[in-house]
Amino acid sequence: MLKQIAGRLATALPSLVGVVIVTFLLTRVLPGDAAAYFAGPAATPEAVAQIRAQLGLDQPLIVQFLAYVKDLATGNLGTSLTTGQPVLDDIRARLPASAELTLLGLLISVAVAVPLGVLAAVRQGSWIDHLCRVVATAGVSLPVFFTGLLLVYVFYFKLGWAPAPLGRLDFFYSAPPTLTGFYLVDSLAAGEFELFRAAWSQIWLPAVTLAIFSLAPITRMTRASMLSVLAADFVRTARASGLKPSKVVMGYAFRNALLPVITTLGMVFSFLLGANVLVEKVFAWPGIGSYAIEALITSDFAPVQGFVLAMAVLYVLLNLAIDILYGLVDPRVRLDA
Amino acid sequence: MSLASTGTTSAREGLLAHARHIVTENPVTGLAFGLFALFVLTALIGHLIVPIDPLVSDTAAALQPPSARHWFGTDQLGRDIFARVVVATRLDMVIAISSVALVFFAGGLAGLAAGYFGGWTDRIIGRICDTIMAFPLFVLAMGIVAALGNTVTNIVIATAIINFPLYARVARAEANIRREAGFVQAARLCGNSEIRILLTQVAPNILPIMMVQVSLTMGYAILNAAGLSFIGLGVRPPTPEWGIMVAEGASFIVSGEWWIAFFPGVTLMLAVFCFNLLGDGLRDLVDPQRRL
Repeated sequence: MLKQIAGRLATALPSLVGVVIVTFLLTRVLPGDAAAYFAGPAATPEAVAQIRAQLGLDQPLIVQFLAYVKDLATGNLGTSLTTGQPVLDDIRARLPASAELTLLGLLISVAVAVPLGVLAAVRQGSWIDHLCRVVATAGVSLPVFFTGLLLVYVFYFKLGWAPAPLGRLDFFYSAPPTLTGFYLVDSLAAGEFELFRAAWSQIWLPAVTLAIFSLAPITRMTRASMLSVLAADFVRTARASGLKPSKVVMGYAFRNALLPVITTLGMVFSFLLGANVLVEKVFAWPGIGSYAIEALITSDFAPVQGFVLAMAVLYVLLNLAIDILYGLVDPRVRLDA
Repeated sequence: MSLASTGTTSAREGLLAHARHIVTENPVTGLAFGLFALFVLTALIGHLIVPIDPLVSDTAAALQPPSARHWFGTDQLGRDIFARVVVATRLDMVIAISSVALVFFAGGLAGLAAGYFGGWTDRIIGRICDTIMAFPLFVLAMGIVAALGNTVTNIVIATAIINFPLYARVARAEANIRREAGFVQAARLCGNSEIRILLTQVAPNILPIMMVQVSLTMGYAILNAAGLSFIGLGVRPPTPEWGIMVAEGASFIVSGEWWIAFFPGVTLMLAVFCFNLLGDGLRDLVDPQRRL
C-alpha cells in the first residue's frame, strides 16, 4: 500500500513541476518593467538599474528560475505591499477559512447529489429523474456570485434567517482557540456551543451557495454511472438470484457506481476552488480568495502569485488524495498498480 | 430511430430530417435556438433600440424600482438598468465568441497535430494540457489576467487558455482514430503532403464534434468572463457588462434594492442556460450515442 502511495506521489511530480514553471512565467510577464514598478514613479534610471540588479532581473532566465525555485523551497513567496506581511504567513492564516467553507459546501453537495442521482437512475423517467435533469442543467448555468446574492436577498433581507454576509463571525464573538482553524470544529472542541451556533449561522449560506454550484456535475455523474451499472450483467444475476431490490441497488450497484463519481470529484474541486473566490467576495469571507481579490485591485502582485501557486499545489494534492482514495475503494486498481 | 434513412434519401436530407426530429422531439432545444437568435439580435442592434442612453446618469431618479419608464429600475447613479443590460449583451458576446474562436483554432490545430502525428508532438501538447489542467481553471485565469494586464483582451486570452485542453483533447482523440482511415490512406497514395491531408481531409471530418464543443464551452466562457469582471478584472466602469453590473448591485442587495444585481444576473444566467441547452441539442444532432 505504501509503495502504491509513493507511486502515485511520483505521478503528481510532473504536475507540480509544471505548476512551478507556469507560475514563474506568470511572474516574468508582468506588464511593464518590474524593476521600474518596484522603484516607483520618481526613480532615476540608475535607481531602476540598481533595483533590477537587486531583484536579479538582469540575470539569464534560467538563473532567475533557479532563484525562484530556491525561494519557493525556503517558503519565501515575497511580501504583500498592502498587509506588509510575508505572503506565506498571510495565506497560512487565511487558508482554514477557505478550506472550511469549501469542504462544507462539498459535503452538503454530496449529501444531496448522490441520493438524487441514485434515485433518478433507479426510477428512470419519473419526476425525480426530471428534477435531476433540471438541477443538472440549471446548476451549471447559474453564475455562482449571482446565486449567492439571491440567497442573501431571500434569507437575510426577506426572511431574516441568516445574518448579514459579513465574514466568519459576528463581531460580538471572538474566534475559538485555534486547533484546526475550522471554527465549527474548534468551537465544538472547546465546548462553546453558543459560538458553534454563531459560526454555523454565518457559514451555512455561503456553503449552500457553493453546494448548489457543485450539485450539477455530481448528480449527473451519479445518475449516468448508476444507469450503466444497473444495466450490467452482475446486477441482472443478482436480481435473478432473488436478492431484495434494496440489496441489489445499495450493496451491488451503488458500490460499483461510486468509482466514476470519485473521479468526477477532481473536476468538481477545480470548479469549487474557483467558485470559492467569487463566494468569498459576495459574503466578505476572510479566506485566501478575498485576499487575492484585494491584492488584485491594488496591483499587489506577490499575493496574487502566491495565491495562484497555493491553489494549484492544493489542487494537485487533492487530485492525489482522490487517486489514493480510488485505490482504496477499488481493489482492481490496486492490483494493476 | 424511426426517421433513419430508408436507403434512398441522401445524407443531407437524412441530417435535415434528423435535425427536424430533434427540434420537434425536444421543444427545449427549439426554445434554446429561439433564445440564441434573440441574444444575437440584441448584440447586433441592441444599442440602437434602447430608449435611454445607458451611460447617462440622473441622480434625481437614482435607485428606483422597476416601473413603466424604467423596466428594470435604475441604479445608484440613476442609470437605466434595462438599457445597460441590453447594451452589455454585445460586449459579453464578443468576449465569449472571440475567446471560443481563438481556442477553437489554437486548441483544434494543436489537438489535430497531436492526434495525427503522435510521437513528440503528441507528448509536448499533452504535457501542456496536463499543466493547464493542474490548476483550478478560474484561479489560473485570474493569475493570467493579473500577469498580462487588466484589459478585456487579456480576459479573452485567459478564457481561451483555460479552455485549451478541452479542445485539444477532443481534436486529438478524433484525429487519432482517423489517421489510418481509408480516405486518409487514399489521399496519401495520391501524393498529398501530410499537412495537406491533415487540413483538407482530417480537419473537416472532426468539425461537427468540434462545433458541439464550441457551444458547450460558450456558456462556460461567458460565465468565466463575467466572474472575472465581477471581481474587478478586465471591464472597467462605467462600461456596461453583466458581471460588473452584478458586482455594482451587490452592495445594495443587503438593503433590499434587488433589481440592480438581479436583472443583469438573470440575463447572464439565461445566456449561459441557452448555450448549454444548445450544446446538448447539437450533440444529439451530431452524436446521438452520447446522449445522457
